[in-house]
Amino acid sequence: MALFFTGLGTLVGSGVMAALCYRRATLATRVAVTGAIFGAGLVLVPALPTLFGGGTLVASLPWSMPGAALRVGLDPLAALFVVPMAVLGVLAAIYGARYLDPAHANGTLGVHWLAFNTLIASMLLVVVAQNGVLFLLAWEVMSLSSFVLVLYDGSAAEVRRAAWVYLVATHLGTACLLAFFTIFGAAASSFDFDAMRASATAVPAGLLFVLALIGFGTKAGFMPFHVWLPEAHPAAPSHVSALMSGVMIKSGIYGLLRALTLFGPPPAWWGFLLLSIGVTSAVLGIVLALAQHDLKRLLAYCSVENIGIIAVGVGLGLLGKAYGLPVLTALGFGGALLHVVNHAIAKGLLFFGAGAVLHATDTRDLNRLGGLLCRMPLTGATFCVGSAAICGLPPFGAFVSELLLYSAAFVAGTTGSPALVAAAAIAITGLALGGGFAAACFAKAFGIAFLGEPRSAAAAAAHEVGTPLTAVMLVLSVAAALSGVLAPWVVGSLAGAVANASGTSLNGTTAGLGVAVDGLFFVSLAAGILIAVVLVLTLTRWLLLRRRPIGATGTWDCGYARPSPRMQYTASSFAAPLVELFQGVLRTHRRFTPPVAIFPPSATLSTHTPDTLQELLYAPIFVGISNALASFRPLQHGRVQLYVLYIAVTLGLLLLWSFQ
Amino acid sequence: MNPSVTFGGPLATALGLVGAPLLLGVINKTKAFFAGRRGPPLLQAYFDLVKLLGKGAVYSRTTTWVFCAGPIVGLAATLVALLFVPLGGVAATFAFQGDLFLVVYLLGLGRFLTVLAALDTGSSFEGMGANREVKFATLAEPTLLLALLALIRVAGSPWSLSPTLGNISTASSLGTAPVIGLVAVALVVLLLSENSRIPVDDPNTHLELTMIHEVMVLDHGGPDLAFILYGAALKLWLFATLLAGIVVPVRTGNLAVDLGATTLVALAVGVVVGIVESSMARLRLIHVTHLLVGALVLAAVALLLAVGWSR
Repeated sequence: MALFFTGLGTLVGSGVMAALCYRRATLATRVAVTGAIFGAGLVLVPALPTLFGGGTLVASLPWSMPGAALRVGLDPLAALFVVPMAVLGVLAAIYGARYLDPAHANGTLGVHWLAFNTLIASMLLVVVAQNGVLFLLAWEVMSLSSFVLVLYDGSAAEVRRAAWVYLVATHLGTACLLAFFTIFGAAASSFDFDAMRASATAVPAGLLFVLALIGFGTKAGFMPFHVWLPEAHPAAPSHVSALMSGVMIKSGIYGLLRALTLFGPPPAWWGFLLLSIGVTSAVLGIVLALAQHDLKRLLAYCSVENIGIIAVGVGLGLLGKAYGLPVLTALGFGGALLHVVNHAIAKGLLFFGAGAVLHATDTRDLNRLGGLLCRMPLTGATFCVGSAAICGLPPFGAFVSELLLYSAAFVAGTTGSPALVAAAAIAITGLALGGGFAAACFAKAFGIAFLGEPRSAAAAAAHEVGTPLTAVMLVLSVAAALSGVLAPWVVGSLAGAVANASGTSLNGTTAGLGVAVDGLFFVSLAAGILIAVVLVLTLTRWLLLRRRPIGATGTWDCGYARPSPRMQYTASSFAAPLVELFQGVLRTHRRFTPPVAIFPPSATLSTHTPDTLQELLYAPIFVGISNALASFRPLQHGRVQLYVLYIAVTLGLLLLWSFQ
Repeated sequence: MNPSVTFGGPLATALGLVGAPLLLGVINKTKAFFAGRRGPPLLQAYFDLVKLLGKGAVYSRTTTWVFCAGPIVGLAATLVALLFVPLGGVAATFAFQGDLFLVVYLLGLGRFLTVLAALDTGSSFEGMGANREVKFATLAEPTLLLALLALIRVAGSPWSLSPTLGNISTASSLGTAPVIGLVAVALVVLLLSENSRIPVDDPNTHLELTMIHEVMVLDHGGPDLAFILYGAALKLWLFATLLAGIVVPVRTGNLAVDLGATTLVALAVGVVVGIVESSMARLRLIHVTHLLVGALVLAAVALLLAVGWSR
């Protein structure tokens, strides 16, 4: 663990140094990125052997904080989150060093890098903390540093608004966590996780589960609590979006899994609740993604979908525990944990790609893009890989996690319990619908942005981004393919983490996962055959066409002689028929100026799909609260002397209250 | 050692590779019969393939490598999927727990690349086809998986296609007939929609605005179009044999009889498709959604019955 702490120290130390030399932006960037590489590298040294070899590293240091102890532990479950956090953190740092132009940074770059390295360090600390107070402190540092990162381009009003929404949402979540740890800790009379686990029978488990679900679900982006994601991800710089969407929101999943290990055997309704939340998030998340025309907002909603898929896995795993089905438990938790890793790879890749597009064209609006594949071949190819990977298509990694989840659902579906079969049917329908809509969503994202003809001058003038950016995207593309092709080995090495998360023995977990691992050999085989067949067909096509005339012409225009790029299918038109299916839930705004008179001068149609929950649920609540609190405004008049008086009066009252 | 274990799978795959285009011929002959025409020869699809493979190609200046990758990956994915689909009682070349998900997602991969190739041309028509294709495929996917889950329950087998189909005859009784019947109806709808047949899509239509599959491949020609055509034939074969293996479970254990019987039933499925295409018009696109949701409900009812049956 000494190496781990040295790594954290390096991260924070280099961040502070970067902040200190904020006047020299280039130097600050170099210091911070070097620190991030070394710090994350040091953290990986103990994390990788723990992930693959098992075992738990613990360390405990004295701390003068009341109720707190500096207790940390690195078990396979923590290591499973540490590894993607550290790796994606390094890649995002390398990407960001080039993405944020030091020449235009006007002094904020130092603070940005301090927050960036602190975010990585605090995420790492969150997953190893074994004490409630330490956990909450790290959690809060994580929230605040990411808030600073979102606020990087604070001169734009929409960015300030997004950062504000994020800050409010994350603190509402933290409030639930505070209640969770306080109630649990009071019953256990200690905030150490081990002590809390020992007194699991003495607490109101149902209430605590719901608190944990809301608190961690807000960070993760479960469906009713997801509203901050589509605000914050587009507003943040792209390497920050990649880090937040790829790994930071997974700290919510980690927290939920860790909290679940504190309780005894779960009742069945926990599993059903989590499953319903997961299916709702998966289907509605991806439908909302499909309806967006802002590339990064689309990716943010897609994160809601993938978090939903992970929740489906955890829900199935909990049902396995509740009904005593070890295979279901292993496959559910296994699929969920594997999807954490695969989604980190694919979503990181896609946000980096979106950042490259934004860098090259200065717009995120899909309807102003097009034809980028010719102009940005590497970005385009890697974005294509990322799109296929995130839809769960073979031979990429996310297919394997979806395979495990479907297998879990089929295990539940072939049992004798009607409730489990119903759960299985809902899970299968949700996963399959989500998968289909994801394919539609990413056919749109990749197809409209990168294929066809450019829809604006900016897109036509785009150029490939520099080497560090494309190199980072290439690395992640290779990782996405390898995690699918090496599926049996990858899933086999999950056993330790799955055993931790599900609270079952390693042998039982290995046996449960074994049901799928045996078959995964064939998935690798199929991937191999697929690649071979593609090569053979490519060769055949080349041989056939070698000596024949190859013509070049315009696309078939159905006889219309002057097609223009503006006549192409747009992001709105591609999404419309699919989004219409969900017209009852989504409230798509249409601005339509119809063509009038015999010689119509112009007509326009534009669509915009806002978040229904934000509009119908949160906005009225917050307006109501704000109005109610307005009556206290006379108390707040800006005279510091009177504020001091308030404090004195409050202290006096507290004193009286404590004496009575 | 039972020969059907060792040679059966590859033999069934080879039969599919060779016989798939014949299915298109059977459909067209049936349609010609109902229209009172003589129709194209039974082997017309083979002639078309040979002709197309011998041609050059013309590419749109808008297109990129994605346009060429579409037909290649589409065909490759269907070919690999075929290796995992049993021909009735004859187990597939490869079988494992979870192979049905691999088959579904391989078909999804082929579709994804075909859709991207369509969008690569920058044509509105192909954009329209692409978005209809993904819409109907999305609605079809849960139906297929729920129907297979119901089937697996009544077959009492692990969740893998080959043992499931292998178990159907032994498990068959009056009790399972309703489940298998509902699954079969759902699969017929899926076969028609996934393979772009009437009433979902008309393979012979001549108006770009109304097409689905045909409009996506409008700009392809030469060997690329041959790959697409062959891939489509293989996909139709895959669905037809799956349906045949479920509705007429001939499981004698004799390799030749089992293969022959299922193949014949698959060709009979081609006749049924031809009859459907001759006797009805295509649905309005709005009603296709209703049809597909109806199939999903049928699959869910099948699952419900399957739960009752096994308890």
